[in-house]
Amino acid sequence: MNEAQTSVLMVHKIGLHARPSVKLTKLAKGFTSKVELAVAAEGPWIDAKSIVKVMAAKAPQDTVLHFRASGDDAENAVRALADLVTRDFDEDREDASHG
Amino acid sequence: MTDRVGIVIVSHSPDVARGTADMVRQMVGTDVPLAQCGGDPDGGLGTSVENIMTAIAEAWSEAGVAILVDLGGAETNSEMAVEMLPAEQRDKVVICNAPIVEGAVMAATESWGGATLSEVRSTAEELSAS
Repeated sequence: MNEAQTSVLMVHKIGLHARPSVKLTKLAKGFTSKVELAVAAEGPWIDAKSIVKVMAAKAPQDTVLHFRASGDDAENAVRALADLVTRDFDEDREDASHG
Repeated sequence: MTDRVGIVIVSHSPDVARGTADMVRQMVGTDVPLAQCGGDPDGGLGTSVENIMTAIAEAWSEAGVAILVDLGGAETNSEMAVEMLPAEQRDKVVICNAPIVEGAVMAATESWGGATLSEVRSTAEELSAS
């Protein structure tokens, strides 16, 4: 069983609001590993595949997001999620106020 | 890829139904079977059993269909529409006890990920509980 963990600063203007939450959840669902997210290093850890829980986290801009995963594709999962956050959820050409 | 659960949005207002469907398409994408209906046949506010049945047919999936409704009549008319479906379809359609907009987005996200009908429903309903 592989385990992986990483942290990344979220600079998104609005934070982990509706549309980024959906993108993050959709990405997490693509991995077989258990994938979790926390807005603080000490947790609590929430299921990154649960859209309701991710949206309820309401992480604001400049939050350091922590990802951890366990399973066969754990390393790929945390890397992909961190990349999504680093890419600002691919919303740089969209108006963040939309979502 | 197995079939994804279909999502049906039933509002009293055609504008709310269209707007909710727009949000689902923009946020979750177009990979999830989606249909909406709103308003009575005369163009006023209301819901119609016939239109709901058409929407169910439009969003039909062998994985089932989850319906999101707004107020009273939308729910009772949806129940009637489900009862009028052929028996083999009836058991694959559920009405979610969830806010229409948020529920539709959550349900569609869950469906996109390949969840079963009962998982889709409980995700939408988890909202009201939290």
